[in-house]
Amino acid sequence: VNIGWYLVVSALIFCIGAGGVLTRRNPLSILLCLELMLNGANLALVAFARMWGGESGQIFALIVMVVAAAEVTVGLGLIVAIYRRRLPIDVDELSELHG
Amino acid sequence: VSQVIFFIAAIGALAGAIGVVTLRNPFYSVLSLAFHLVSLAALFLLLHAEFVAAAQVVVYAGAVMVLYVFVVAYVGGGEQIPSGAVLKVLGPLFAIAVAVELCIAMLGSALKGVKTQGAPIVPGFGQPSHIGTQLLTRYLFPFEAASILLLIAAVGAVVLARRRRGLEGGDEPPRHFRLTEPDFAGTMAEGGGVRSTAYDELLHPEVDGTDQPKPEPTHTGGW
Repeated sequence: VNIGWYLVVSALIFCIGAGGVLTRRNPLSILLCLELMLNGANLALVAFARMWGGESGQIFALIVMVVAAAEVTVGLGLIVAIYRRRLPIDVDELSELHG
Repeated sequence: VSQVIFFIAAIGALAGAIGVVTLRNPFYSVLSLAFHLVSLAALFLLLHAEFVAAAQVVVYAGAVMVLYVFVVAYVGGGEQIPSGAVLKVLGPLFAIAVAVELCIAMLGSALKGVKTQGAPIVPGFGQPSHIGTQLLTRYLFPFEAASILLLIAAVGAVVLARRRRGLEGGDEPPRHFRLTEPDFAGTMAEGGGVRSTAYDELLHPEVDGTDQPKPEPTHTGGW
């Protein structure tokens, strides 16, 4: 299978995730769609590592996984804090910070 | 054989991704994401990235998904908020436009590099020993930075999600203090039978006759 097909799959996963981030309003679903986008980028990185025959892309993919895990931890902590404060769990309602 | 596995895994990954975006219940979205991650690990295996695939299954589909499931179970799924009218049309349009553009860029152009089957594989490519050697020699600084980032994220999550007692007062519902004895205790009105519940409610609408505390205000936020 050509490397190009892996890149097409990764691009499709990324675009599905981007559409989800744009349309959903639940912060939990937005986090899930962000995971999709990061995984699309991961697949592209691993495909490029295979293309060049070097392990650098795989190490980048591992670092991206670490960053995604950190992002998930902080994001889920924020969601739990929002729930505790009895605030509406809706990203359009949580607009106190925009200027 | 590898082509068949590629198509099965790619269809699984794309179906999982579509399920994450379209399913209404967040719990099913999380399960769909777990399926997507396992399919993606199969794609990593096809690309000779064994260690990344193992880390994907163990860390992502294992630990991170358990974290998601716990938060969904704590916060609760429920009815979804419908998205805004403008974004509901523009969001998928934007996604489809970017997808078409990327597909044209990767399949239609004359990029020589992406048309190949990949470089010849040295023995041990993508094995844990090679990855570990690279991480501890050439990529030592990103490795350490990632560890510090994880520490900061763990501390930040604990600080964000902890229960603030007595600091802000928004977390706990206010307690309703009641008098220790009824208002008419020890007076002539009590002996005369004046104190009916209707009379009591007329005087003090918020105090009912029993000693039950007020029910806590239920959470009405919803999803």
